[in-house]
Amino acid sequence: MEPKRITILAGHYGSGKTNVAVNYAVWQKNQGYNVEIFDMDIVNPYFRTLDGKDILDRYNIPLVASSFANSNVDTPAMNPQAYAMIHDKEKNAVVDVGGDDRGALALGRFEKDILKENNYDMLLVVNKYRFETKTIEGLIEIMTEIEQACGIKFTGIVNDSNLGRETTKETILNSIKFVNEFSKVTGLDVKFTCAREDLYDELKDEIKNLIPIEVIHYGDWC
Amino acid sequence: MAEKVLMKGNEALAEAAIVAGCRHYFGYPITPQTEVAAYMAKRMPKIGGTFLQAESEIAAINMVLGASAAGVRSMTSSSSPGISLKSEGISYMAGCDLPAVIVNVERGGPGLGGIQPSQSDYYQATKGGGHGDYHLIVLAPASVQEMFSMTIKGFDLADKYRMPLMILTDGTIGQMMEPVSIDQVQVNTYEKPWAACGRGNRDHRNIVNSLSLNAPELEQWNFDRYKRYEIVKKEEVMYEEFMMEDAEICVVAFGIASRVSKNAIVEARKNGIKVGMIRPITLWPFPEEALKKAAEKVKSFISVELSMGQMIDDIKLAINCSKPVTLCNRTGGVIMSPQEVYEAIEKAAK
Repeated sequence: MEPKRITILAGHYGSGKTNVAVNYAVWQKNQGYNVEIFDMDIVNPYFRTLDGKDILDRYNIPLVASSFANSNVDTPAMNPQAYAMIHDKEKNAVVDVGGDDRGALALGRFEKDILKENNYDMLLVVNKYRFETKTIEGLIEIMTEIEQACGIKFTGIVNDSNLGRETTKETILNSIKFVNEFSKVTGLDVKFTCAREDLYDELKDEIKNLIPIEVIHYGDWC
Repeated sequence: MAEKVLMKGNEALAEAAIVAGCRHYFGYPITPQTEVAAYMAKRMPKIGGTFLQAESEIAAINMVLGASAAGVRSMTSSSSPGISLKSEGISYMAGCDLPAVIVNVERGGPGLGGIQPSQSDYYQATKGGGHGDYHLIVLAPASVQEMFSMTIKGFDLADKYRMPLMILTDGTIGQMMEPVSIDQVQVNTYEKPWAACGRGNRDHRNIVNSLSLNAPELEQWNFDRYKRYEIVKKEEVMYEEFMMEDAEICVVAFGIASRVSKNAIVEARKNGIKVGMIRPITLWPFPEEALKKAAEKVKSFISVELSMGQMIDDIKLAINCSKPVTLCNRTGGVIMSPQEVYEAIEKAAK
């Protein structure tokens, strides 16, 4: 599971991109890569990469996010430091893209540079339990819209199928057939699968390329 | 039981409207409710419905008025400042006895305020907002599942009583994601012989109007409308009781504040404090009887809300100030922590 220099995580909103991005950056760091994470979401005002800062800090992973993130400034602004992901070729970059085509539009700014360097993966984060992406057709629709918005084609899939706090071992196991079918239809490989950290040990022998997810704590509302 | 799906609050609400038979949505973007409009923009054309992004909130609510007058289920959604703009249209709809579902995904105020969650439009939703003698039925969901079920219920109640109805929720519940079960839904529909949708074979024209040129006539309309409100107050109150059996302290909280409160109550119970909660699900009609009954048993009440203290007035009125009512609040887009609610409970227990 050798990572490309740039890993872009895009997909339907609410598919879990931010949790995947934060934990995938942690995984890379644990493998010894020098990695940085970029919040490219200029759409969603709530629940942002910045919420995972305590996790990122623990692993000493720098975060580049809009200085307006989690503030009251409702402006679609990108941090100028985002250009570092293109120019700083010594470091790996994990890019957390905003949801759907609307979110992916901002990534288009870097289309030419990313394609020119040609050392990237763009991974579609799939959650089979999301209402609009529970069918292959629904997924393909969103995938195509994202590719059109940012001008970059997907190179793989991340299976992040989950039901939030109600996720069990079976939730994840029951998603594999669907994700494999989607992989067959699109010709995209499943690069890795995600499991909440308490389910990881039970599943790591059953699912190859499994990554543990420490779920970002958003609030005390449960 | 069908498989659960993971949905965002705003998304669950929008899908529920479609399930309830709403095919006419008119909106205008504002954070944190924009997903409702975005969802409708995508779904409505696929099912033969109408999504229209109006030129303003005022235009959108008047389109809802028009669609409702023609007898179809229609909806609009906005967030706090946008609801202020819609208030004139809402008053007109109340005056015309027109059903519709109006969604407020609240953010901090007053003025342009901020984009973080709030409950400070409680007065606006329950005490008017627009001008004149009227009420809205106000539903306050506290989970993504309730965003779904309350929206379906909302269309039902609006049609049943010919009243505009508001779903009063906040940015957190609108934006949060939770598993939802969307099977086994019962949708009631109602005949609308009053609808202005062409004369057909009728012997009279249907006119939908809130204007009267005759003061005693207008007074009578208001009397008749308030008779209907009395039926709503009798029949449609909804609330949840949590750990109230032996409670000596009663927390009153709705929506997101009720979820924070639940965490605090569970902690307080572990430490032997007898505390429970009444969670109003209908903010209008307010669960007055439940509170009055609780007042016979408990020592005091705590109103937990994301405002400077608005619902607290209704608690005091419901119990006729017979017991002390304290306030535990944050405002301006800040959510209180369970610890803050816990401390308020601890203080009340002393």
